[in-house]
Amino acid sequence: MENLLSIITFTPIVAALILAVFLRGDDKAAQANAKWVALVATTVTFLVSLFLLAGFDAGNTGFQFVEEHDWIMGLKYKVGVDGISVLFVMLTTFIMPLTIWSCWTVDTRVKEYMIAFLMLEGLMIGVFVALDLVLFYLYFEAGLIPMFLIIGIWGGKDRIYASFKFFLYTFLGSVLMLVAMIAMYVDAGTTDIAALLRHDFSSAPMVVLGFHVAGGLQTLLWIAFFASFAVKMPMWPVHTWLPDAHVQAPTAGSVVLAAILLKMGGYGFLRFSLPMFPVASDMLAPLVLWLSAIAIVYTSLVALAQSDMKKVIAYSSVAHMGYVTMGIFTANQQGIDGAIFQMISHGFISGALFLCVGVIYDRMHTREISAYGGLVNRMPAYALLFMFFTMANVGLPGTSGFIGEFLTIMGVFQVNTWVTFVAATGVIFSAAYALWLYRRVVFGDLIKESLKLITDMDRREKAIFAPLVIMTLFLGVYPKAVTDVIGPSVAALVSDYQAAQPAQTADAAPVNH
Amino acid sequence: MTSADFSTVLPEALLALYAMVMLLVGVCAGKDKLTGTITWITAAVFVLLAAMIGLGGSGSRVAFAGLFLDDGFARFAKVTLLLSAAAVLVMSHDYVMKRDMGRFEYPILVTLAVVGMMVMVSAGDLMTLYMGLELQSLALYVVAAIRRDSVKSTEAGLKYFVLGALSSGMLLYGASLTYGFSGTTTFAGITQAIGATEHLPLGLLIGLVFLIVGLAFKVSAVPFHMWTPDVYEGAPTPVTAFFATAPKVAAMALFARVMFDGFGMAAADWGQIVALLAVLSMFLGSIAAIGQTNIKRLMAYSSIAHMGYAMLGLLAGTALGVQAMLIYMAIYVTMNVGTFAFILSMSRDGQPVTDIGALNQYAKREPTQALALLFLFFSLAGVPPFLGFFAKYGVLRAAVDAGYGTVAVLGVVASVIGAYYYLRIVYYLYFGTEGETLDGKMAAPQWLLLVGSAAVMLLGVFNLFGIDTVAAAAAEALVR
Repeated sequence: MENLLSIITFTPIVAALILAVFLRGDDKAAQANAKWVALVATTVTFLVSLFLLAGFDAGNTGFQFVEEHDWIMGLKYKVGVDGISVLFVMLTTFIMPLTIWSCWTVDTRVKEYMIAFLMLEGLMIGVFVALDLVLFYLYFEAGLIPMFLIIGIWGGKDRIYASFKFFLYTFLGSVLMLVAMIAMYVDAGTTDIAALLRHDFSSAPMVVLGFHVAGGLQTLLWIAFFASFAVKMPMWPVHTWLPDAHVQAPTAGSVVLAAILLKMGGYGFLRFSLPMFPVASDMLAPLVLWLSAIAIVYTSLVALAQSDMKKVIAYSSVAHMGYVTMGIFTANQQGIDGAIFQMISHGFISGALFLCVGVIYDRMHTREISAYGGLVNRMPAYALLFMFFTMANVGLPGTSGFIGEFLTIMGVFQVNTWVTFVAATGVIFSAAYALWLYRRVVFGDLIKESLKLITDMDRREKAIFAPLVIMTLFLGVYPKAVTDVIGPSVAALVSDYQAAQPAQTADAAPVNH
Repeated sequence: MTSADFSTVLPEALLALYAMVMLLVGVCAGKDKLTGTITWITAAVFVLLAAMIGLGGSGSRVAFAGLFLDDGFARFAKVTLLLSAAAVLVMSHDYVMKRDMGRFEYPILVTLAVVGMMVMVSAGDLMTLYMGLELQSLALYVVAAIRRDSVKSTEAGLKYFVLGALSSGMLLYGASLTYGFSGTTTFAGITQAIGATEHLPLGLLIGLVFLIVGLAFKVSAVPFHMWTPDVYEGAPTPVTAFFATAPKVAAMALFARVMFDGFGMAAADWGQIVALLAVLSMFLGSIAAIGQTNIKRLMAYSSIAHMGYAMLGLLAGTALGVQAMLIYMAIYVTMNVGTFAFILSMSRDGQPVTDIGALNQYAKREPTQALALLFLFFSLAGVPPFLGFFAKYGVLRAAVDAGYGTVAVLGVVASVIGAYYYLRIVYYLYFGTEGETLDGKMAAPQWLLLVGSAAVMLLGVFNLFGIDTVAAAAAEALVR
């Protein structure tokens, strides 16, 4: 099975090509065929990826399932997973069939829609498994194209603005990373990520354009990578593309964006910034911690003021990603464990919340909160599900949302109590906006004429939510399932990170094992 | 003058002879009756010559006492420009015939321009360089104005001629200064005259600057780009397509030839000048294109920006840089052939259209062609996985490797600005509002070249079709 990862990456892409070449026409039958092909392909990808999970040896902190071929211009096609990336692959393959199934009611340009999602899945998996810098960049950037089209073609009223903003914002961040990658290649003589993880980038101070740069090359590279991942995450204050993109994207697009695409930023920090530039990371960690703390509080407050349901959830995503960046840059076991856990859990919860919005949007074609109210009277099942995921979003103990927030806050407490204090108030704000949203949409009397005939969720919709509910509860009561897989790799990352610090700071840094 | 000399220049001699024979044939047949036949035969001759040069040649040969060089670098450039010229002839045939432009002189003038380009890239001496350049330029001035009855076309031709003459003058002035201070016109001699000195003598430096100005005119690098948008817009579309491809390759190759063969020792001196040209070109090309509504003008600015990127490879002053530049030019030409194949087909009720607004919702009616264009424009923007990204990656790597990190950062920032206007085309193709439609049908050669080049952009991701190793060998031949 040494090419398992390639099979997982290319199954959806091949399915997309098959659709593109062989499916003709745009009648009902062709549309159904397109949907079925996409659903089968994503499901098969998920089933194959189970072999990956089964064969994964958590005790081994190196890369597994490694596959390597020579490629062009001195680059290599090299893929592999370790404890940090394997669960992101699983998250992607798990979410995609549900996403495809959720767009069963789409009826414009269905074939192209399915092709875009299948391409996107392949490219996203590629990001998490790539072990060559340029290969990583290729997947990372190529994913923009299908998402640009998904927002631009199937999006809402202001889709043009949102799609351009999405593309150009993330593109600007990424190209700086490209230059940094080239500089890394010039410095280390290789683009192999495994080799670069062992390479010691210089941190001697240097002067650039008259500015004195402490941390030297590491700092410059760190900043370039930060530009890319901070936008992708997104971190305050470069988060503004996300609410626009989320609001204008079709439901399935929002789900993928929130559940998987945002995680690329966090994954990037863990794969590149922290292990490759430890000195710069340590130096700039306070900056990231404070930006995260601001993000958590500020975006939670902004979420309170929104009148559009998707915007509330989008801002809540930014706040939750704040916990992730905070956890990552504590650089201790709990913090990073918590950050990864939070990303996985947020994948299920925010995906489900966007699906919740999609359910009523499909019926009423509006996302305005004021257009709803009293839905519990006609949609009890929906009210229950929405309640469940609202609570999970708030971080109710027993759901996976709690574990992630708790671990990251515990991690950051050992590093910076003030940041912890600010971030912890964010938990209260998140309860405020989430519950208030829920109250306005679901509770109260059903007085709006237009809502009198609204129907509850059908079987398909319920079935889509079922796996998400199960995963949220399962990880909430048994977090060991995740931490056992990521633990050893994170421990190795943390100890390498500590070892790379200059002597005086290594003594002062708290050791947490 | 031995037979070895003549066998070295055989392709050029054959092509020149062919052009003259065809001129006689065309005149004898009278009244443009043979235009179609001549076009097809010329394209076939180009392809045959490309095969002959690409497959037959090996090693480096010098003819006429250093006037003419035949090495891997020249062969790479010649194959690229011959194939692109053939592609442009084939795809414009339909346009030319429909628009009553079918003069038999057109393919012949293109042939003469190609002969000039082939001499340019093989030049081993400032005299050969000038001869090739002028043969190319004079032919191009005429084809720019080939629609004598169109005000725009004649204006384009005149503008091109005046500015081109000015640039030739600058080049000549630089050449004379160089000759005056080095005592020779051969590149090898100039290299010897420079010797191993740290910095160029002042007179040679000034000569070098004038040479670069003249060359920058030909590659349309900012600030010597002013003629490009007007000429692109005014010239008939087939001529624009030709301008955007083969002459660009020839001019870039000539640029590299002069810099490396003649002034290779002084790479640090000209590197800075080229860096300035590159940065200005990338930014102006990207920013000025944003406001364009005419797709030909847009492509003109796009080509200016692309020449800026190609110069990133040049300024590195290394074999890696030249290799990256050659790959860049090959990919650039392929993208432009595909894009212009489409632009040539843009028409409404038989009349050519160049307004990008006409592309509105094109994807709905012609999904395959729209998808091909999507590939091409994302590739032009340098978004992976398309080949345009690898082209940019190569030149950026060469620039960073040579210590031009700041220039590389500026380059990628410009590429984001540039992405905006390429995305705008995609926006029209896929998201726009329904408007007046374009005639859907494309002639078969146009369709094949459009879809073919789009496929190349995607499939090249596997192994670049091996051109990176060929380009590496070519670069080795130039940078010793």
